[in-house]
Amino acid sequence: MKLHEYQAKEIFARYGIEVPRGILASTPEEAREATRELGGQAVVKAQVHAGGRGQGGGIKVVRSPEEAEEVARGFIGRNLVTRQTDAQGVPINSVLVEELADIKQELYVALTIDRGFRGPVMIASAAGGMDIEEVAATNPDNIHTEPIEPVLGLMPYQARRVVSRLGLEAGPARPAAQALNALYRIFTENDCSLVEINPLIITGDDRVVALDAKLDVEDDSMFRHSDLRELRDRSQEDALEARASDMEIAYVNLDGSVGCLVNGAGLAMATLDVTNAAGAAPANFLDVGGGADDEKVASAVSIILSDPKVDRVLINVFGGILRCDIAARGIVLAFERMNSNLPLIVRMLGTNVDEGKEILGASSLNVTFADTLTEAAAAVRQAA
Amino acid sequence: MGILLDEHSRILVQGITGREGSFHARAGMAYGTNVVAGVTPGRGGQMFEETVPVFNSVEEAVAETGANVSLIFVPPPFAPDAIVEAADAGVPLIACITEGVPVQDMAKVARYLEPRPDVRLIGPNCPGMINPGAHCKVGIMPGNIHMPGRVGVVSRSGTLTYEAVGQLTNLGIGQSSCVGIGGDPIIGTSFAEILRLYNEDTDTDLIVFIGEIGGTMEQEAAAYIKESVTKPVCTLIVGATAPPGKRMGHAGAIITGDSARAEAKIAAMRDAGAHIIPTPADIGATAQAVLADMG
Repeated sequence: MKLHEYQAKEIFARYGIEVPRGILASTPEEAREATRELGGQAVVKAQVHAGGRGQGGGIKVVRSPEEAEEVARGFIGRNLVTRQTDAQGVPINSVLVEELADIKQELYVALTIDRGFRGPVMIASAAGGMDIEEVAATNPDNIHTEPIEPVLGLMPYQARRVVSRLGLEAGPARPAAQALNALYRIFTENDCSLVEINPLIITGDDRVVALDAKLDVEDDSMFRHSDLRELRDRSQEDALEARASDMEIAYVNLDGSVGCLVNGAGLAMATLDVTNAAGAAPANFLDVGGGADDEKVASAVSIILSDPKVDRVLINVFGGILRCDIAARGIVLAFERMNSNLPLIVRMLGTNVDEGKEILGASSLNVTFADTLTEAAAAVRQAA
Repeated sequence: MGILLDEHSRILVQGITGREGSFHARAGMAYGTNVVAGVTPGRGGQMFEETVPVFNSVEEAVAETGANVSLIFVPPPFAPDAIVEAADAGVPLIACITEGVPVQDMAKVARYLEPRPDVRLIGPNCPGMINPGAHCKVGIMPGNIHMPGRVGVVSRSGTLTYEAVGQLTNLGIGQSSCVGIGGDPIIGTSFAEILRLYNEDTDTDLIVFIGEIGGTMEQEAAAYIKESVTKPVCTLIVGATAPPGKRMGHAGAIITGDSARAEAKIAAMRDAGAHIIPTPADIGATAQAVLADMG
């Protein structure tokens, strides 16, 4: 679950990482007043769940309260498109108005899980404020990676080593190490999959300040973070994806017209590959999961049928935990509730497959059965 | 003989009184699996299906029944505890089926297991493993799609493993063993370790390897194949047409670069001399062709 910059900065401040003085504004008038309160100049930052806001035009320095109002009017209610969003972009519902910073040095710091190391790693670079992936590709020596033993946590010598690799002077070295420690505590205590500051700045008077904040909480840990759950902003999510995630269904909206329902992420990816190889384009990735009952399957099918792009539906279920008869009942429920007669291609195997096919066969749905992936792909092509 | 499981495997099910635990314990027993014990804290003294004693702790279950494999079905908040309890009790092989275990918990569990080479964890978030010849099923796969034979199957996924097995069985190609190692970022046993077991298994002639986009475990497996595996390997990598995940921030991309993509993994496997399976529909046919070449 992604957090907004202003939400992440509230958490940063709670853990003792300094952030610029800032005021959240959800109207142009509020942005004007906020700028006045901050002394008449400010930076106005669109609050969206996407990186690349700077290059996407979502961050603007303003020199007067009136200019802040004008900039905020251009932001709020519009969508921001960056290289990390799709072509539609994401809606801007509020802006963060912040005091201007006195930047002496810009750094990059992040924490994430490294699968290879099987634990958290801190990534740091003296090349902050820039496109860090570009730095990693062209000048990898400029990126320092510090693996952290999860049982021990970030050790003081490691924080000192990162600070030394960042080439900091004696003055800001100690507050920088403190900020790194705080960042590691934020990462572990909130079960983050990512925390990232770009840039972490050294000010003219040697303070260490987080100018930006990205924080992503691992969805699987939400059961122990009810406080964070309240920070979710559904407006930043694709509407169908948000509906799916409420039901613990893994769903990604795609561009094609073949609605796909599969159980298991691997088989779901394989189904996309086969559909594409057959010359058809999937409308979505959907893994209904193992422990689904008929209502959950029905919800998943309803999500697919709610997508106006969909002109046929492909079901690929290999019954294991999810039994085929339960899947079949869910499919029939959804098609009947949604009153849909779209062509339905069903490939079912495994537990209770005969009962499943019987239920679908006895229904009024426009169903074609396929025994193999190859047959399913051919049937999908024919149904076009 | 197959890998991991054999006729001497004595299975303990952690979470045997739960909905999924009881369903799959029963299915395993119907397949012929020797389920000797169950563990649910607070339910010690009960009998499961009138034949399997339930204990309060893994330690008691092992002492009383000699269980040497544990199959875990407990919910995500309690799964790390269940894994470590089984390892602490000296169970040498643990399969954790549970999906949704927080990754930072698994990072700590992985550190606990590292200095214990006599304990092997499969999963979490995996279908488990099966040895059709030994009638031993430790997991959630449908038993009836398998047949005894000499092809070893390994995959990250559940249902995609069944897909592979289904295609093989339909062509009359049996399996020595099938293992799903799990789809989470941090898992107990890597692809390369399972490849080593299949390479050493005298009853496996060919390995079917199913990888996915994400991470770099397939590249490590490719390096191991190139260096050490003497048996033919047929490889499918799925996700070539999956969309790049919507993301925020750059740290993940800095760590893996482009190597998480399907093309990079397929290239590594080709370089290692593996037979590339062109699409997910061709798993059985590719294995059949390679077996025919072997004579």
